[in-house]
Amino acid sequence: MCELSHLDELEAEAIYIIREVAAECEKPVMLYSIGKDSSVMLHLAMKAFYPEKPPFPFLHVNTTWKFREMIEFRDRTAEKLGIEMIEYINQDGVKQGINPFEHGSAYTDIMKTQALKQALDKYGFTAAFGGGRRDEEKSRAKERIFSFRNSAHAWDPKNQRPEMWKLYNTRINKGESIRVFPISNWTEKDIWQYIKRENIDIVPLYFSAERPVVEREGNLIMVDDGRFPLKDGETPVMKKIRFRTLGCYPLTGAVESEAVTLDQIIEETLSSIESERTSRVIDSESSGSMERRKREGYF
Amino acid sequence: MKGLLKFITCGSVDDGKSTLIGHILYDSKLIYADQKKALELDSKAGSRNGKIDYSLLLDGLMAEREQGITIDVAYRYFTTKNRSFIVADTPGHEEYTRNMAVGASFADLSVILVDASQGVLVQTRRHARICSMMGIKYFVFAVNKMDIVGYSQERFNEISEQIQELRKLTGLENIKIIPLSATEGDNVTVKSENMKWYSGETLLEYLESVDIKSEVSGNKFYMPVQRVSRPDRTFRGFQGQIEAGSISIGDVVRILPSNEKASVKRILTAGKDTEKAYCGQPVTICLDREADVSRGCVLTDNPDISSYRKLSVTLLWTDDDELTVGKDYLIKTGTKLTTGIVTGIDYAVNINTGEHIKAESLSKNSIARCQIQLSEAVTADVFSRNKTLGELILIDRVTNMTSACGIIEQLEGKEEKSSERASFTDGVLKARGDLFEEFYYDVNSYNVFRSQTVKNTYSTGDEIPTKGKSYSYPDNFDILVLRDGVAVIVRERRIKELLKFEDYVYSGEVTAVNGRGFEILARTDEDIKKFIEEYRNSDESTLPDIFSRWLKFDTFRKIFISGSYI
Repeated sequence: MCELSHLDELEAEAIYIIREVAAECEKPVMLYSIGKDSSVMLHLAMKAFYPEKPPFPFLHVNTTWKFREMIEFRDRTAEKLGIEMIEYINQDGVKQGINPFEHGSAYTDIMKTQALKQALDKYGFTAAFGGGRRDEEKSRAKERIFSFRNSAHAWDPKNQRPEMWKLYNTRINKGESIRVFPISNWTEKDIWQYIKRENIDIVPLYFSAERPVVEREGNLIMVDDGRFPLKDGETPVMKKIRFRTLGCYPLTGAVESEAVTLDQIIEETLSSIESERTSRVIDSESSGSMERRKREGYF
Repeated sequence: MKGLLKFITCGSVDDGKSTLIGHILYDSKLIYADQKKALELDSKAGSRNGKIDYSLLLDGLMAEREQGITIDVAYRYFTTKNRSFIVADTPGHEEYTRNMAVGASFADLSVILVDASQGVLVQTRRHARICSMMGIKYFVFAVNKMDIVGYSQERFNEISEQIQELRKLTGLENIKIIPLSATEGDNVTVKSENMKWYSGETLLEYLESVDIKSEVSGNKFYMPVQRVSRPDRTFRGFQGQIEAGSISIGDVVRILPSNEKASVKRILTAGKDTEKAYCGQPVTICLDREADVSRGCVLTDNPDISSYRKLSVTLLWTDDDELTVGKDYLIKTGTKLTTGIVTGIDYAVNINTGEHIKAESLSKNSIARCQIQLSEAVTADVFSRNKTLGELILIDRVTNMTSACGIIEQLEGKEEKSSERASFTDGVLKARGDLFEEFYYDVNSYNVFRSQTVKNTYSTGDEIPTKGKSYSYPDNFDILVLRDGVAVIVRERRIKELLKFEDYVYSGEVTAVNGRGFEILARTDEDIKKFIEEYRNSDESTLPDIFSRWLKFDTFRKIFISGSYI
């Protein structure tokens, strides 16, 4: 029978899904968030079609508050691989001066959720790949690989289509769209081991280095640029830190770490007692907050 | 370390499925500290008087927490020092049986919970039957809530007997029965102090050690084509996942349903060239010659795989809308999407007893043996023989709902040699023609079908049958067989000559048709060249538009009405 290793099996499943979408969906796009999961997704897409380039563009929804190193990495990667990278920014939000310091959850809604909806509508994408994994969060653990959204981009978790074997039903009505999660069945450990095995480039912020941080409500927040409003008496200090997930720098907590190699990161991940999403300030609001956001159209 | 084990937990409502998995994760220190903290917080507000409610680790949807039940499958991932696991925790309510089936389609092993105080229930039988139907070969019956029945060995034996009966009834293979308590932790990960009479393994010990042997019929290669990769004119590769056997450069494969043969020129496995590829791997295969391959075709070296028009299937109905006999559905099997009609329900299956019942229609969550008539021959096989080719789903054409999933039990209407379509030759050049296909409207199913009734080969000088039931061609016309790149010149109903497109010049004096006999809307040679150019640069998404701009169906063709399938 098929004696593939665990990682090979996960890779094969993801590639199968990516190809199904390319073959059956009218206008696919791959969401690219510059994080490690996105790096794995991009790598899988390159492998799935080789020697052809992925037959769909990549979309980065930029909140304008990403780490500078992320944007540099994005541009470098797109150029090196010769792929089409679309950047979308919610200009209304920019005009209104929406920022993560003053606007809290409205910021996430306007600069991420609304921006994503606008981008999908603008280009008419009917299927969008995302790097969501079921081990990340409880409502994600319940989501199908092909997850349907109505014309308002909302998810109806109580009424998901059955998904049998790998016979994916990609049919949609006008106005509806699909979110597709090819790495649903990967765990954080799988991601790191795959990055190592395949020698995949990731943003250097994942590796420990001396970086300027301030501590707020138990989170270490990196002061990445001059827009960071320091409170009275707050001075950034240099600490050896790295990030387990990457997002908007004011919303992403760092961990103190000595890990400078992939092996050290993997070891740290395996012995970690906290799940990776704890470092995302956004998730710690209440149980069910992710599901609520997804129903509203968050990816 | 053993390979990955994918399993599901199922059983009736409140049998404690989520609690059981939650307990394994908790005991094995497989939850992160922050998740543990959240669990303890949530439990305080919950129904177990502040004791830890392990099920909260799994029931992730707000509605599930509110109602205290599982609505949809949850997937959890964990690794012990002996094995990695993916577990799908499935809902017990009958209402959500289709979600349970989703989990079953994914698993190698099923843990079916039985409440010791209740014994084997209808839902237990239903789940066992569905698991078995979806191809699961390994079963663990976890007799749960032993604490409630005072850890009674007698009660356990009674239930074991019920389970053995169920086994006989449903023909389950490889059964293991374990008495346990998910809330208290007896025989979950540690041996129970309360049931010294049970000397067997704990649930986790068993899951860590069980060997899953997949029985695959032979090792003959087959691969359903997912996608044709054509980045430029020099490269044409067929992408898919090898479902059985292996393939090497130089191997001869058959292409189904056309039945052509070609040999493998190049193999790429995810990102690089290779000499040989194996079962399970995603590949791109290049053949040594131009062959008629598109998405939905199957490449194989297994002589027993063929294409069929009639399927006898066991369906699990998953749609709120009932099955209507005679209605046409989209049918997906392998990578092929086609249409077909459920022409009849042989019988429905009583989930409880397995008894066959007469049925006129099918409602959600019921199982039935049905007959399906496909609109074209599709490469398929019996589920127990070649699993991937024996799985199918039905999709409602209006709502797009996945109306049913099913497995193929029997095949009929084999297309003996479907490459035997009419063809034209001058001894050197060869062109395939679907000119003599008949198009008809079937009054039973309200669908248009086509069939190939003329399968002769015509050589230069031969007269061709220009009049059929649904076609009538002029005496003089040119046939442009696009996929072969050959023009067939017909004068006075006889084949005058065959020309490669490169050597062909359209005179503008006769009509030109494509290989299917649709008029090409061209007046000049320039038009024709433009059409061919567009065709050659097309892909699956642009082809329909090109055809609708250039081709006219009803110049020489019509659709006639028929009362039976041809």
